[in-house]
Amino acid sequence: MKKLLAPLLLAFCAGAWGQSTEIANPDPKVEARLKSIAHELRCLVCQNQTIADSDAPLAVDLRRQTRVMIAAGKSDDEIRSYMVERYGDFVLYKPPFNAATAFLWVAPGLLIVGGLAGLALMIRRRRDAMAAAAPAPAPDPARRKEIEALLAADEDVKRK
Amino acid sequence: MAGESGGNAMKSLKYVVPLAIFGILCVFLAIGLTKDPRKVPSPFIDKPAPLFTLAKLHEPEATFSPGQMLGKVWMLNVWASWCVSCRVEHPVLNDMSRKGIVAIVGLNYKDQRADATKWLQQHGNPYLLSAWDIDGKVGIDYGVYGAPETFVIDKQGVIRYKHIGPISPQDVEKILLPLFAKLNA
Repeated sequence: MKKLLAPLLLAFCAGAWGQSTEIANPDPKVEARLKSIAHELRCLVCQNQTIADSDAPLAVDLRRQTRVMIAAGKSDDEIRSYMVERYGDFVLYKPPFNAATAFLWVAPGLLIVGGLAGLALMIRRRRDAMAAAAPAPAPDPARRKEIEALLAADEDVKRK
Repeated sequence: MAGESGGNAMKSLKYVVPLAIFGILCVFLAIGLTKDPRKVPSPFIDKPAPLFTLAKLHEPEATFSPGQMLGKVWMLNVWASWCVSCRVEHPVLNDMSRKGIVAIVGLNYKDQRADATKWLQQHGNPYLLSAWDIDGKVGIDYGVYGAPETFVIDKQGVIRYKHIGPISPQDVEKILLPLFAKLNA
């Protein structure tokens, strides 16, 4: 476990170190907002990393640009749309709902509803089939009385 | 019973439907495999080329702005001396320039002036001029994420096509020449 942990911790240190040397006097407020925005933006050079995690030159440039925009008082939405205008929706880790992504967003819901409907249908069909295969005994008052009489007689025998 | 045939159809449907779903899934995944995830569709297609003013690479005191190319079909090619794939593409650009197919403007991206001019001396200069984007700011405005990238811009200054990665001779034949013919018509 320790053997595993050491390189992991080292990797984290390296990341932290890389970011803190990026600018001379980081403003903690700006850095905190940068972090929250940069974690939602994809670095297009190393596509499975955010621009917060990546050390690619483009990610460094985009972090710098984001800092400038934060310092200029831009809102998170303004910064996001700045990136989308230039790099497309792909830059967002959380894709927006539009014509191209509608299926992506709706599909899980459709699958769940479809699956539940299928399940309900199957359960009902199985219950109907079972009911058809073994019909409940018809309620026959005369027969019932006969059985009760027999049971009562049996009780009498046992008591004697 | 509702009838044997109905039951049989039901039973075969039980096998056909999952198979069909699996088949559709396979088709989607197969299409996915043929796509290059590095080629991200550009949001700039059919939008006006972003404006900028940059110093020229060879004439530091002169500036270039896309407005100077209005009325011409031209290519903005993003390149750098540190860019390995640009070397692959460069002979194709040299060839296009020699044949006078189209005006090519270079966007020298995050490069040192001395390195860039030396590189052009070594490999040939197919560019009408190169704009010098030292800090990559114009690159960001054009959504550049990896050189070489090439934009085809029409007479009205609208981006009509973006090529990501090196242009091959096949790309010139199959994509660019027909596009230039259409835009110049």
